[in-house]
Amino acid sequence: MLKSKTFVKKTRSGGVLKIVREHYLRDDIWCGSEVCKECKDEAPVLQEHACIESDLCSYPHYLIPDTNVLLHQIDILVDPLIRNVIILQTVLQEVRHRSAPVYKRIKDAIHEKEKHFYTFTNEHHRETFIEREQGESANDRNDRAIRVAAKWYTDHLAKKTNGGSLKVVLLTDDRANKEKAEQDGLIVYRCEEYIKSLIGNPELMDRLALQPDDQNEITGSKLLFPEHLPLSRIQSGIKNGMYLQGTFHANRDNYLEGKVFINREGEEINEVLLQGLQNLNRAVHQDVVAVELFPKERWVAPSSVVLQDDSPNDEDADEDETENNVNPIRSFDYSSVLKPTGRVVGVIKRNWRPFCGMLSQSMIKEATRHLFTPADRRIPRIRIETRQAANLVGQRIMVAIDGWPKNSRYPNGHFVKNLGSAGDKETETEVLLLEHDVPHQPFSQAVLSFLPQMPWSITEEDLKVRADLRHLCVCSVDPPGCTDIDDTLHCRELENGNLEVGVHIADVSHFIRPGNALDQEAASRGTTVYLCGKRIDMVPELLSSNLCSLRTSTLRLAFSCIWEMNHNAEIIKAHFTKSIINSKASLTYAEAQMRIDDSNMNDDITKSLRGLNRLAKILKSRRIAKGALTLSSPEVRFHIDSETHDPIDMQSKELKETNSMVEEFMLLANISVAQKIYDEFSECALLRKHPSPPPSNYDILIKAAKSRDLNILTDSAKALADSLNNATVENFPYFNTLLRILATRCMMQAVYFCSGMDSDFHHYGLASPIYTHFTSPIRRYADIIVHRLLAVAINADSTYPDLMDKHKQTALCNNLNYRHKMAQYAQRASVAFHTQLFFKNKGIINEEGFILFVRKNAIIILIPKFGLEGAVFFDHKDKPSPRLSFDSEGPTLKVEEHTFRMFDKVKVTISLDASNIQHQRIRMALVEPVIPGVSVPVPESEPEAKKPKLDC
Amino acid sequence: MAGLELLSDQGYRLDGRKASELRKVQARMSVFAQADGSAYLEQGNTKALAVVYGPHETRGSRSKSLHDRAVINCQYSMATFSTAERKRRPHGDRKSSEMSLHLKQTFEAAVLTELYPRSQIDIYVKILQADGGNYSACVNAATLALVDAGIPMRDYVCACTAGFVEDTPLADLCHAEESGGGTALALALLPRSGNIALLQMDARLHQDHLDALIEAAMTACKGVSKVLDGVVRQHLEEVSVLTRD
Repeated sequence: MLKSKTFVKKTRSGGVLKIVREHYLRDDIWCGSEVCKECKDEAPVLQEHACIESDLCSYPHYLIPDTNVLLHQIDILVDPLIRNVIILQTVLQEVRHRSAPVYKRIKDAIHEKEKHFYTFTNEHHRETFIEREQGESANDRNDRAIRVAAKWYTDHLAKKTNGGSLKVVLLTDDRANKEKAEQDGLIVYRCEEYIKSLIGNPELMDRLALQPDDQNEITGSKLLFPEHLPLSRIQSGIKNGMYLQGTFHANRDNYLEGKVFINREGEEINEVLLQGLQNLNRAVHQDVVAVELFPKERWVAPSSVVLQDDSPNDEDADEDETENNVNPIRSFDYSSVLKPTGRVVGVIKRNWRPFCGMLSQSMIKEATRHLFTPADRRIPRIRIETRQAANLVGQRIMVAIDGWPKNSRYPNGHFVKNLGSAGDKETETEVLLLEHDVPHQPFSQAVLSFLPQMPWSITEEDLKVRADLRHLCVCSVDPPGCTDIDDTLHCRELENGNLEVGVHIADVSHFIRPGNALDQEAASRGTTVYLCGKRIDMVPELLSSNLCSLRTSTLRLAFSCIWEMNHNAEIIKAHFTKSIINSKASLTYAEAQMRIDDSNMNDDITKSLRGLNRLAKILKSRRIAKGALTLSSPEVRFHIDSETHDPIDMQSKELKETNSMVEEFMLLANISVAQKIYDEFSECALLRKHPSPPPSNYDILIKAAKSRDLNILTDSAKALADSLNNATVENFPYFNTLLRILATRCMMQAVYFCSGMDSDFHHYGLASPIYTHFTSPIRRYADIIVHRLLAVAINADSTYPDLMDKHKQTALCNNLNYRHKMAQYAQRASVAFHTQLFFKNKGIINEEGFILFVRKNAIIILIPKFGLEGAVFFDHKDKPSPRLSFDSEGPTLKVEEHTFRMFDKVKVTISLDASNIQHQRIRMALVEPVIPGVSVPVPESEPEAKKPKLDC
Repeated sequence: MAGLELLSDQGYRLDGRKASELRKVQARMSVFAQADGSAYLEQGNTKALAVVYGPHETRGSRSKSLHDRAVINCQYSMATFSTAERKRRPHGDRKSSEMSLHLKQTFEAAVLTELYPRSQIDIYVKILQADGGNYSACVNAATLALVDAGIPMRDYVCACTAGFVEDTPLADLCHAEESGGGTALALALLPRSGNIALLQMDARLHQDHLDALIEAAMTACKGVSKVLDGVVRQHLEEVSVLTRD
């Protein structure tokens, strides 16, 4: 059965190293077809009647794609229509080396049963293994290996079906390969030919990626860009300091400008400015590029001009204008802020992903080539070829870039997917998820396979190892409509007069075991993302809304943190245990508040709530005394119509006493757990810190307070908290909130980190020396890790290597921090979109607001009622701008005769600016104070009629 | 790209073996006439040479000799050309003295030393080519050499390594698998009795997986023992043919 075959490989790792590996050839690798009786495959994957209706191949057939087809046409291959494909090991390995994302997608496809994808281990099959010949390149060998395997399949199947109809079709786009395959007597097509021949699926055509062969026909012969240097020269250039390596960031407002962040340590220059199409040289946002610095006399200041690439959809017209745009920028005298400039000499790694956006249809009606405008302004427009342009206009679509030849003004790409019509709620949500890199595909089969079997129940074993807390009167308090309840509380009096307080958190780590696909998926998602009216789960719904949700009157597994406290809320004893609980009630904040306030109610739950509430107040006051900040940010809630799911009303989120009660105990649990896991694992505890901001961050806050003759101290969190408390202005109750909003903007981002890699653990905002996240394992992955650490610390679970590896932990923290940031952005974008929807239905509204910031040419206004922020600009493209004088000390802005100061009260009109369908936004215009030529008249009475509804 | 895929979804390892399959084991006995016993063994690309002298009087100081049994003296070395990079390996470096010690312990458990009081048995093993599982190749080669020297043993000593990748125990690791991270366990077994002569593992492994890993290594050792037994029988046949002439 075993055939030994040794072969020699040379690899480069520092030097040339000869690697000798054994290579066994086997004769027990089956073909995987249902037809074949000889192969003893227990569960053949490939179907006997493999039907994809095609003009070219009218017989049942299996497809064998070669590496390039797989790499470039993965969008087609994963389509449900394409079934019965043989993926050769040679191909799979090449893909693995060349593109991790494609590799992952094809592996997912292989796992899917309905796709009937079979992996044939041809490199280890006795009859399909070939050795590299003298003078043959590795690629040529692989191509030959693919042909040999295809040939073997052809003969094998012919034998098994007695010359029957089942055949294999090789797909390749390589001309030489195709010719050779034809000589070998194989059925071989180019991918394009084959896909075109498929009956009834014209839409697949558009997903074909363009091949280099075709591109020559599309573009003119003019060279627009300098050639990229080969990788070897870039590498040697970087080594000897001629070039710098960095990540390219395009400028959002100016398509001719970008920056490269040099990510090498010890480098004096960490930012290089690039200006002009030639110098950008086809770099796309997020690419890793090599840049060459210009001499000092060519260094310039970044331009503050807004330039959008709105040139008509015409190939040649826009070429001359590119250089002209750059020149006037240099004439400004900014000698003090000169930035190093340079040009891109080569791209080290492309970071292309499929982009969302819209099609700008070509002016020629029958044309098939169109420009695509991505939603992200930092991405250049992409030329795609499609015949369904008419259908795609007004739709949000996804496009992938295939390449950017040096003679083309725009990159070439292909259509991937239609997301739906623009402005549509589902479509826009999809777009913002994709643009914020939020993983939101349904969970794959591999992930779901690790879910517990239903019906699930608590076993005897669970009872044995867990504390039985079923008798305790625990209850949960959450926002209305919450289905992923991850925390419950209880409080009762002990016989010795002390109080026992328990926080019980869903035991998610019981269901998600380290290292399996479910765990990996959760780790990669990092967090559940809450959008308006939609939730993107981190773990499958069975867990998030059922097994891990601590519902009423259901036995659930929990991780409990139980304190014994005296009546002064001082902790006497803390104790952690895995437990079984039975929640007695799931309350909303309002319900809980009602119970506490209603003196007629005296049941166990209410008593427990009152006890908790009393302790929480003590805890809170103690925390504030220590210098914890109470900050404010305008948050809004939408009332969503139950049928159309359109927002019908907006209001700021209001906070009840019970909100703060739950929060207080969650903080207490988090701090207790943080201390415990840090004591146990000083090197690898996952903690959360909130660094104190640099003093300069507070400048704007101090200035703003000074404008009202108030003094804000920022030496410490305590001083800040105190001076914020004292900062009030008579007849202006909202002033304090405004100050707190401003203070929030001064803060740094809180981050996760691994205790072994950092020495500063302080949480500034909470004024706690140590902090972590423990209380929401259903929606945050960090909490799952903390649960695992704590479980090990109390000997309830076993450890695994990655948990104890501080470098792996740090990598995980980086991902979690990134996901949290993106989730926040996505959330904000979702709120912004719903705000737009709301104002679309409302027409023009007249509202009162406060000036939050004063800028050179605009004032930023906050409307407290909607928590909405917007800018009133004083300069317009088409109107002569009024006299403006900006004083950065105040800061104040003088427009004509009126001076705007921070926190001034103004009246504005709010309307939706839908002139650019892709970037709709809220437009504000000044009503009061009246400045001739600037302010607008009070809107007509028509929208006023709707107003009473809002006021209620 | 990320490192090597040690175990593919189809269940094949880098070199085409399945998880529980051994590498090809080939061996010859009596390769040198001068020594009392000798053997050459290939386990895949790992090649080992073992030579046995003795039992003979203890050399050097008398104090080393034991009054009730024989002393086993092991020396392990690697040829300069045994790895991809040519490297001089001085005697008595930490790695080889540790290996020598392990070998000594292994064979003290297997050889019936009490039959030869106040004497010494020398076992010299050299790795000619290293491709993972050096210890096990040495043990297997030395067993054959001891058999060749006619030194009585309780049983063959068979050794094999086992690793743990993606929740699957892999038998008989090659170099790429050993260095690819993960746990490796070396086990020397007296197959008939099932007694373990030596078990060594210096990486982290969760306790739950240990039994499975040992089980895999033991099965592999039994596989090795079959091969060794075959080699001995064939050798005997050849030798007896020679003597008959």
